[in-house]
Amino acid sequence: MWSLIKVELYKIFSRPRTYIAFGAIAALIVVIQLGLKIDGDSYASFLMKDINDTLTVDGNVLNGYLICYILLQLLLVHVPLLVALIAADMISGEANLGTLRLLFSTPFTRTQWVLGKFVAASIYTIVLLIWLALLALFLSMWVFGTDDLFLMKSNYVVLIEQKDVLWRYVGAFVFASFSLLTVTSLGFLMSSIANNSIGPIVGTMSAIVFFTILSTLNIPLFSMIKPYLFTTHMNNWKEFFDIQVSDNNEAINGSILNVAKIKTSLIVLSTHIVLFVGTAVYITKKKDILS
Amino acid sequence: MFGVFCYYVMSVIKVQNISKHFGSLKAVDDLSFEVQAGQVFGFLGQNGSGKSTTIRMLLSLIHPTSGSIELFGKRIEKNREEILEQVGAIIERPDLYPYLSAKEHLQLFAKVRKQKIGEADINTTLEKVGLAHRAQDKVQTFSLGMKQRLGIGIALVHNPSLIILDEPTNGLDPQGIADIRQLIQYLAKEEGKTVLVSSHLLSEIEQVAHQILIIHQGKKMVEGVTKELLDPEKRIVQIKTTDDAAALQFITTVSFSSYLLSRSEGMYLKIPTREIPLLNEALVKAGVGIVGIETKNSLEDYFLQITSNA
Repeated sequence: MWSLIKVELYKIFSRPRTYIAFGAIAALIVVIQLGLKIDGDSYASFLMKDINDTLTVDGNVLNGYLICYILLQLLLVHVPLLVALIAADMISGEANLGTLRLLFSTPFTRTQWVLGKFVAASIYTIVLLIWLALLALFLSMWVFGTDDLFLMKSNYVVLIEQKDVLWRYVGAFVFASFSLLTVTSLGFLMSSIANNSIGPIVGTMSAIVFFTILSTLNIPLFSMIKPYLFTTHMNNWKEFFDIQVSDNNEAINGSILNVAKIKTSLIVLSTHIVLFVGTAVYITKKKDILS
Repeated sequence: MFGVFCYYVMSVIKVQNISKHFGSLKAVDDLSFEVQAGQVFGFLGQNGSGKSTTIRMLLSLIHPTSGSIELFGKRIEKNREEILEQVGAIIERPDLYPYLSAKEHLQLFAKVRKQKIGEADINTTLEKVGLAHRAQDKVQTFSLGMKQRLGIGIALVHNPSLIILDEPTNGLDPQGIADIRQLIQYLAKEEGKTVLVSSHLLSEIEQVAHQILIIHQGKKMVEGVTKELLDPEKRIVQIKTTDDAAALQFITTVSFSSYLLSRSEGMYLKIPTREIPLLNEALVKAGVGIVGIETKNSLEDYFLQITSNA
């Protein structure tokens, strides 16, 4: 099995297409960081315009931690599209190229090949996420420095002490890896159905857009299914940045306001991963390799 | 000193009554054949005759609608991994990864084999298929002929006992075709491999194959030893009668049965010229009315007739 994963990783990282995602993420992050470095003060003033009358905030508000939070809010919506570029091409791309029959006539089962491919695509996804973390978090920390994290939520403000921030990002990135692996597995499922490269990529993106819209619509009919949609849970990495407060209204370091919500989201996302990959294995095992 | 020589020819491939239906289309229809160890078996048929579908079934890429396939004496669906360890194949086109080099291809496919395949084995394979000088070049720069050679290299890299080559000379120039022919002969003669090679050109197959099978519209038309099929002393005769079933029963129970080539779409016999009148007479005596006896000049004529009828 390990040999299959190595073969698949070799193929993934030999393709020029693989590096589009790394380049795109680097370009976006650097451009945003550059913009905030040059014109960060006015952006910070804009953010805090509603609370300037009631609250005075000292220190470096626009620090690396806040920049990373802003970047993640922007990018974690779009990174799934970059993940789909590779994941949704893993089986169908080979079918389109005609190499699937070469692989499936080797002495490994189709299940082993599909799982090997999924693990390789998952490793790619994790590496992409680590790249994102390096640029969004550590490069931002280096360029903008560190301080307490000041977040404006919809109807309240969260202030997290500097020493209490880093582990939350670790948690957020681990959670994000589950979100992105769900996208990887969805792309994989689409890939097992089709025999061309474009269809599954577009299909994965369309499914994400479709379910995201359902997740955000406040219509009673959809409210019933919302808790079971993966898109409802994908952005819950933000829960790591909601902190419990004491009776004196002081933030409790090391706490998370709604741990149960994170756990539920991880269970829903994991269930989707298993279902999507299981279905992809079933479809691939059953289908005739005609391409 | 006494020596006892026991000569046992093993069937490397044994196909029994396989059919494959895609909806209402019968791609392969009740096909049976056997390939013996050490043989070059020519699998002949026009494009779309069911050759590739059959080969895909041999490699378990597609599942037969009915029938059974045994390779090395074992059922493919139950012993797939064990069997495929001993098989090397190219199927239809040499589809490869354009962004990888020839050597990288062999290294990758060597990794998915159980036995240890070293750098020396890979270099030997590259030399065998004439790609040693382009080992480091990306496949996207290769001609179709070079891709075909690399495809064969992938099939050979793990030193399999059975090699299945589906249309290996497609797109090759005359020199390339000659090289592949030589390679097939070398593999069978010098390395004792069993080779199943498919083509839509009789001229390619007749030079290398010990045994030939011709299929048309998924059905077996002719099967026999190449030398006998191409024997100029014998002619292929198509017999049309008033009662084909009775004629077939008669032929299969008398000495003419050894000449029977095919039972589908009438009866075809490969028969010495002098015996054609005897056959005619025997059928009439047996009460079978003869509508027509048509002789073909050669196997090629017969094959061309099938092709032109399609």
